[in-house]
Amino acid sequence: MFSTPTKLSGLVNTLRFARNQSTLVLVEHNNEKINPVTLNAITAARALGGEVNCLVAGTSCGDVAKEVSSVEGISKVLVAEDAAFEGFMPEKLTPILMASQNQFKFTHIIAGASAFSRGLLPRVAAQLDVSPISDIIGIKDKDTFVRTIYAGNAIMTLKSMDPVKIVTVRTTAFEPATVGGGSAALEAAPAAAGDTADVSQWVGQELSKSERPDLGSAKVVVSGGRGMKTGDNFSMLYDLADKLGAGVGASRAAVDAGMVPNDMQIGQTGKIIAPELYIAVGISGAIQHLAGMKDSKVIVAVNKDPEAPIFQVSDFGLVADLFKAVPEITEKI
Amino acid sequence: MALKVLVGCKRVIDYAVKIRIKPDKLGVVTEGVKHSMNPFDEIAVEEAVRLKERKLAKEIIVVTCGPPQAAETIRTALAMGADRGIHVEIPLDQMDTFQPIHVSKVLAKLAEQEKVDIVMLGKLAIDDDSNQTAQMTASLLNWPQGVFASKIDKTDAGLEIIREVDGGLETIRTTLPAVLSADLRLNEPRYATLPNIMKAKKKKVVKMKPADLGVDMAPRIQVVSVEDPPVREAGQTVSDVDDLVAKLKDKGFSSA
Repeated sequence: MFSTPTKLSGLVNTLRFARNQSTLVLVEHNNEKINPVTLNAITAARALGGEVNCLVAGTSCGDVAKEVSSVEGISKVLVAEDAAFEGFMPEKLTPILMASQNQFKFTHIIAGASAFSRGLLPRVAAQLDVSPISDIIGIKDKDTFVRTIYAGNAIMTLKSMDPVKIVTVRTTAFEPATVGGGSAALEAAPAAAGDTADVSQWVGQELSKSERPDLGSAKVVVSGGRGMKTGDNFSMLYDLADKLGAGVGASRAAVDAGMVPNDMQIGQTGKIIAPELYIAVGISGAIQHLAGMKDSKVIVAVNKDPEAPIFQVSDFGLVADLFKAVPEITEKI
Repeated sequence: MALKVLVGCKRVIDYAVKIRIKPDKLGVVTEGVKHSMNPFDEIAVEEAVRLKERKLAKEIIVVTCGPPQAAETIRTALAMGADRGIHVEIPLDQMDTFQPIHVSKVLAKLAEQEKVDIVMLGKLAIDDDSNQTAQMTASLLNWPQGVFASKIDKTDAGLEIIREVDGGLETIRTTLPAVLSADLRLNEPRYATLPNIMKAKKKKVVKMKPADLGVDMAPRIQVVSVEDPPVREAGQTVSDVDDLVAKLKDKGFSSA
């Protein structure tokens, strides 16, 4: 097994650096609780050294702001509460970030990599005329970051020459900060300059509801691909997942075929995860899928095709008919 | 009402190719390697063509920023149904530091000059995996964005877009003009037919440089290194479920 490149070593290497750094962490939340990706981002922010501040913007920020302020190592929490932030629309949030940046002149603006931060931070970067750095897996120093390219088949270390670094952080590369023990001050965020015209409107969302562990933080993930044939067949994966306390994911093929919803997709452009155990069932192992799971500690593959590329990355490969093997694993595990 | 659409596309190493790192460890080998249109951009072009077929769009202009070889990418888009092309030429040796910040400035300039209603891009390019260009272009133009779109519909006031987000699907509405980015499931792109490839040769492609648009190409990053990812130790085949379960239990995995 290899160890994920930057978890603790990254932290140790970079604590030395960067006195006058002042970082703003954009908090992702649902107006009730912090989204866990923010805790990984806070760890990355702390690794840069210097002051770490947080911004909570939403329609109802009280609980979230309180939770954030209790994370260790935060200097202050800027709070922007406004009905206009319904749906966390990037067109409405950009001016708030800009107002904070103009007042406090942060050297770094960081968020956990997610659909939310990807939609918003590049808008801010364009306003500041800087090149955003997406999905980093390591920090070498205040200017130098590590990220993957070509679906994780190459690792690039790059030095940013921009005066403000706007960075999203791959959550699998940084430990989550612990909530509790901190007592940061809460402060109203500077008001956005000017009036934002109503060019976009949040209408609604259809989120999958699940009692199962969230894919991003599950220790074990069971994942199904084209070989599952139908969405109904995923029930055998849910049974195995229930027994293991696991989350359930899917390959692009399964989502495209309508077997399961898009939020289960693991891959280059879906979720990128690194659980302790990843069980790939009926998944061939295309490059783009591997990009989403090849940093898992232990990979198990079940596929009836001995030539399937997934067997090149799996630690334990079982060439078998998944319709027989999976129920048997569930029974015996 | 019929809209003018600017579609961006990028020439990238083909998605199925196994990439190799250059000996100088500053990049990836591109010479002699198969290249194609970025898959997300194919979806973007396809969506634009469908808008035209539904008579919602009247003209599709395809833009690429890239080396001379990127002319192939424009031709593919024209063969799929775009009307004319703009090739913003970037020397091959500047491609490594040519990033979304530069592309978005080019696209914003062209969007204004051509007075388009929609800028349609792919969600991300499979080489740099940035997922930034559409958002940055929208920001520069001060236009709304509909990124990671899996469905796009015209409404009286503008557009209704369903987006793929982390938890599922989200629906938003925007006014026009707007910048959109195509996600995987927006559509299934057509193959260019031979008659259309032949017709495409007659369609007009204009060449220009970023400087012609007043865009500064100065790099914002310095590539320190490009390396192979850590190699996983080879795994083993297990003989049956009992063998697998035993090995998993050995590693500490069992029922919760």
